[in-house]
Amino acid sequence: MDNLLSITTFIPAIAAAILAVFLRGDDEAAQRNAKWVALIATTLTFIVSLFILVQFDPNETGFQFVEEREWLLGLNYKMGVDGISVLFVLLTTFIMPLTIAASWHVTTRVKEYMIAFLALETLMLGVFMALDLVLFYVFFEGGLIPMFLIIGIWGGKERIYAAFKFFLYTFFGSVLMLVAMVGMFVDAGTTDIPTLMSHQFGTETFSLLGVQIVGGVQTLMFLAFFASFAVKMPMWPVHTWLPDAHVQAPTAGSVVLAAILLKMGGYGFLRFSLPMFPVGAEVMTPLVFWLSAIAIVYTSLVALAQEDMKKLIAYSSVAHMGFVTMGIFAANQQGVDGAIFQMISHGFISGALFLCVGVIYDRMHTRAIDAYGGLVNRMPAYALVFMLFTMANVGLPGTSGFVGEFLTLMGVFQVNTWIAAVAATGVIFSACYALWLYRRVVFGDLIKESLKSITDMGARERAIFAPLVAMTLLLGVYPSLVTDIIGPSVEHLIANYDTALAEAQAASQVAASH
Amino acid sequence: METIILFAPLVGAIIAGFGWRIIGETGAQWVTTGLLFLSMVLSWVVFLGHDGQTHHIHILDWIRSGTLDTTWSIRLDRLTAVMLIVITTVSAFVHLYSFGYMAHDENFREGESYRPRFFAYLSFFTFAMLMLVTADNLAQMFFGWEGVGLASYLLIGFYFRKPSANAAAIKAFVVNRVGDFGFALGIFALFFLADSIKFDDIFAMAPQLAETQLTFLWTDWNAANLVAVLLFIGAMGKSAQFILHTWLPDAMEGPTPVSALIHAATMVTAGVFLVCRMSPVFEYADAAKNFVVYIGAITAFFAATVGLVQNDIKRVIAYSTCSQLGYMFVAAGVGVYSVAMFHLLTHAFFKALLFLGAGSVIHGMHHEQDMRNYGGLRHKMPWTFWSMLIGTLAITGVGIPLTGIGFAGFLSKDAIIESAYAGTAGGFGFWALVIAALFTSFYSWRLMFMTFWGKPRGDKHTHEHAHESGANMLVPLGVLAIGAVFSGMVWYNSFFGHTDTVAKFFGVPYAEAGAHGEDAGHGEEAAAGAEKDKTANDGKHHYVFAGAPGEGAIHAAPGNDVLTEAHAVPKWVKVSPFIAMLLGLATAYWFYIVNPAMPRWLAEVQRPLYLFLLNKWYIDEIYDYAIVRPVKALARALWRGGDLGVIDGFLNGVAMGVVPFFTRLAGRAQSGYIFTYAFAMVIGIAVLITWMSFAGGAE
Repeated sequence: MDNLLSITTFIPAIAAAILAVFLRGDDEAAQRNAKWVALIATTLTFIVSLFILVQFDPNETGFQFVEEREWLLGLNYKMGVDGISVLFVLLTTFIMPLTIAASWHVTTRVKEYMIAFLALETLMLGVFMALDLVLFYVFFEGGLIPMFLIIGIWGGKERIYAAFKFFLYTFFGSVLMLVAMVGMFVDAGTTDIPTLMSHQFGTETFSLLGVQIVGGVQTLMFLAFFASFAVKMPMWPVHTWLPDAHVQAPTAGSVVLAAILLKMGGYGFLRFSLPMFPVGAEVMTPLVFWLSAIAIVYTSLVALAQEDMKKLIAYSSVAHMGFVTMGIFAANQQGVDGAIFQMISHGFISGALFLCVGVIYDRMHTRAIDAYGGLVNRMPAYALVFMLFTMANVGLPGTSGFVGEFLTLMGVFQVNTWIAAVAATGVIFSACYALWLYRRVVFGDLIKESLKSITDMGARERAIFAPLVAMTLLLGVYPSLVTDIIGPSVEHLIANYDTALAEAQAASQVAASH
Repeated sequence: METIILFAPLVGAIIAGFGWRIIGETGAQWVTTGLLFLSMVLSWVVFLGHDGQTHHIHILDWIRSGTLDTTWSIRLDRLTAVMLIVITTVSAFVHLYSFGYMAHDENFREGESYRPRFFAYLSFFTFAMLMLVTADNLAQMFFGWEGVGLASYLLIGFYFRKPSANAAAIKAFVVNRVGDFGFALGIFALFFLADSIKFDDIFAMAPQLAETQLTFLWTDWNAANLVAVLLFIGAMGKSAQFILHTWLPDAMEGPTPVSALIHAATMVTAGVFLVCRMSPVFEYADAAKNFVVYIGAITAFFAATVGLVQNDIKRVIAYSTCSQLGYMFVAAGVGVYSVAMFHLLTHAFFKALLFLGAGSVIHGMHHEQDMRNYGGLRHKMPWTFWSMLIGTLAITGVGIPLTGIGFAGFLSKDAIIESAYAGTAGGFGFWALVIAALFTSFYSWRLMFMTFWGKPRGDKHTHEHAHESGANMLVPLGVLAIGAVFSGMVWYNSFFGHTDTVAKFFGVPYAEAGAHGEDAGHGEEAAAGAEKDKTANDGKHHYVFAGAPGEGAIHAAPGNDVLTEAHAVPKWVKVSPFIAMLLGLATAYWFYIVNPAMPRWLAEVQRPLYLFLLNKWYIDEIYDYAIVRPVKALARALWRGGDLGVIDGFLNGVAMGVVPFFTRLAGRAQSGYIFTYAFAMVIGIAVLITWMSFAGGAE
């Protein structure tokens, strides 16, 4: 099939349209229909996306399944995947059916809820496949809207504050990115991403408002994209929207946010920042390193002080994303492999942890850690699942959480031992906050009157966790499933990056000698 | 066969953990125990049939990224073979013992099924430990390393309703993570240097590492020393060495079979195993080896002093374990890895025996653990008494001086002390160990006297109902007692014989050395020299280890002749541990049999010292004030002050503009206008696209 990517991307959108047009009423039957349509559509998307994976050739480092069409107003619609993006597509299609299943108890505005999630899936898939700047921007920004609505409508008590905070933070970053995109278009005369990847943007140092800009245009453009991606990741110190957004979002919203939306920042670094602005990236690497290292230590410590389960996990997400940015900018095979692996694995683990919170939130309607204790007495299956993902979060070898941390640290150690040593303290802190949370929620005697009748996970909940458990363990034991797919593309990326740097170096030496 | 040894416990753990509802609680116990015995039998077959050569068995690829290529595989050499029998034997009998010990537990309610979980954890632990010792690269070893940490965490916190058990479990995991931090950095450094984390590649690089400088943090380091110290930090965490030891005594919150298996015989020795496994690197890292000797000696001494005054029977044995691990590290640090392994082996038998014996006492005394409430139990529990007596004779080192006849600890501990004398030229390492031997003897006999001699103290009712344990608990005691008696004598020559015997046992190439020429070169003191000549003549030939690093299970760098020198130490050195043992025994006898008022009097006279020891040198308190509280305070400050105060304060102020505007927006959104805003955003994007495309068209 020539247009496999488009089919995958737009199945959810079509389902959303069907719901919007044909589904009437708000009675129980209509709600049930909405849920089933969403579940079937997302599952179908996942199945179709498997064809992409099967037909994907890891050894081909260019873009595959490329589709190119005229679009409105002379713009190009161009889609394609390579080894770096294909697994994010799979991650998205894998997670979405689970989030729909986890939303089975939603009762308010079910139709709109499902439409929002379906639209969100289309937009997220588009981000990972778009090979045209404008198209990318549309998907990238478009994704904000359904997420904004999900938090703002189906969220908790302070959902409005959180929704606006989320929106304004990310939007602010995107505006700068947009400016840079316009600049790129002016400079290169195209919005085609593969072309832009081989285009050389200026690297000559110039002075702007009295400040010497080392790396020239590339550095400025890098910073503009950085503003957007750093907020998305999120990196310290622009991370504070995330805990609020997570806390207020409904469970499924948190899962999507943590599992997929956060990965757009990391993906952006790999798709734009490193290949297009290598010199700018090089100049800014120390900054990114230190922001990452600070993020790991700082947010791990902050996580230690949390009283709200979701906030704690949100902060731990920020810390784990610190490993990702650190690995990406190590710009070597282990670092980048590890960063991508960490993003995929974090998708499963953090998604599952938010689902774990959701399970007990559904029962007790509180996220306060103090409200729980001794759950293992009545919920052994839950305790087991929660333990597994706690350990995965802590990076225990044998789970997928270990591989990403191990590789990124290994990559960074070769570049900067300070960063590696500071970041490695994160493995100590993560053990502190994760086990402390687990102890307070699950262990101990069950003495709180309100918990005396709490029930263990039902069949639906177990079915949601089963695929996540399987993936976490499978990737922990046999990570080659991922690294074999991403390896050649990453190698290609790094080779180009190094070449570009060497060329820039040579050019500047020539310039200096004249 | 090796694969079966490795995976049988895992299969058992899975069946017991997930399938116990089908096969029943008793079924789960039998399945795990049966599979463990299978592993044990096969391990002995492997050990006895092992030819000393290194074998590799590939199982599955693991982490691959660029030049990093790690696998799940088995490396079988003498070190692994020794660990296999230690782990599977102790584990199998601990499983059996747990049938009785865990039969009724007051920490669980009527009808609660805790036994399958317990057996599953035990078997899982065994699997992880086997993964650790069979690893042929550092990543798999790290898997086992953290895997046993997880099992330890789960088993220390097995009584999940007890807050103290939960706290101890977290403490164990976190303190171990501090060690793992060093271990992980060591792995990264090795990958950076050798471009591989396979043992074979690393060993081949070892001599080069000593010549390499590596910039790490603020300065340049000798690569071999840096790597060795980082790895040793990992070993310090796992083996509870001084400054990272605090978790081990608290770990006694776990059920006693767990203490015997994990916190005495196997897991805590992983650090010693690591140093021996990495011997080719350590051999080229003299500064690191000195560090190992000092840490080991300090731990041996420190833990022994604390053990003198503890009243909880399990804590006495825990500190004793800590101390004995220090002995092993001293042996490894002076470069006699075979002797470190020897003590590891004998210690596994007698320490597991002591723990299981203590468990039997605790079981019989209705979970009373304070020795002040024991007394006179030897009549009530004769079998337990005799086996613990054997354990005590072994740990204190009873034997016939200057011969190879004695209990296990006599041979291995004396071997360490002699090596320490030879390796440190009679320095700190040696004296710390001799004094620690005196203390060991004192606290061990104190334990025996307080428990089994004298009049019953404490709750009368408990003493009336004190009873001997059942057969399934006594049989393991008996088997381990056999090990505690004979393991030293049987394997003395293999681990601490002449160089050629040891070399053959470990599969290390060896060569004949010009005995006298070599000796002259070393220029030892006259007495030692004379002794050495005699030894050399007895053996007819004088051999030295030869061969490149990585050939054989352990490595001795050229010039490392401590093993031979250890046989040639003066006679007074050889009898010194025996004398220390007698002194300790005599003092304990005086204090607890002849004049029982003595300890209290001494504690009052030397109150500050007594409190210092009773409170474990106040190290927990120091950590609490210096680390735990500041970190907690910092965490709160960063959150309240940093995130909510500075960042949100600043960015909200800027990004969200004036508050009234924001609230007005929010107010409208709340009243149902939110879709309007969403629509506005869509329009906005559409405008942007249009603008872009027109701009594009204009080009």
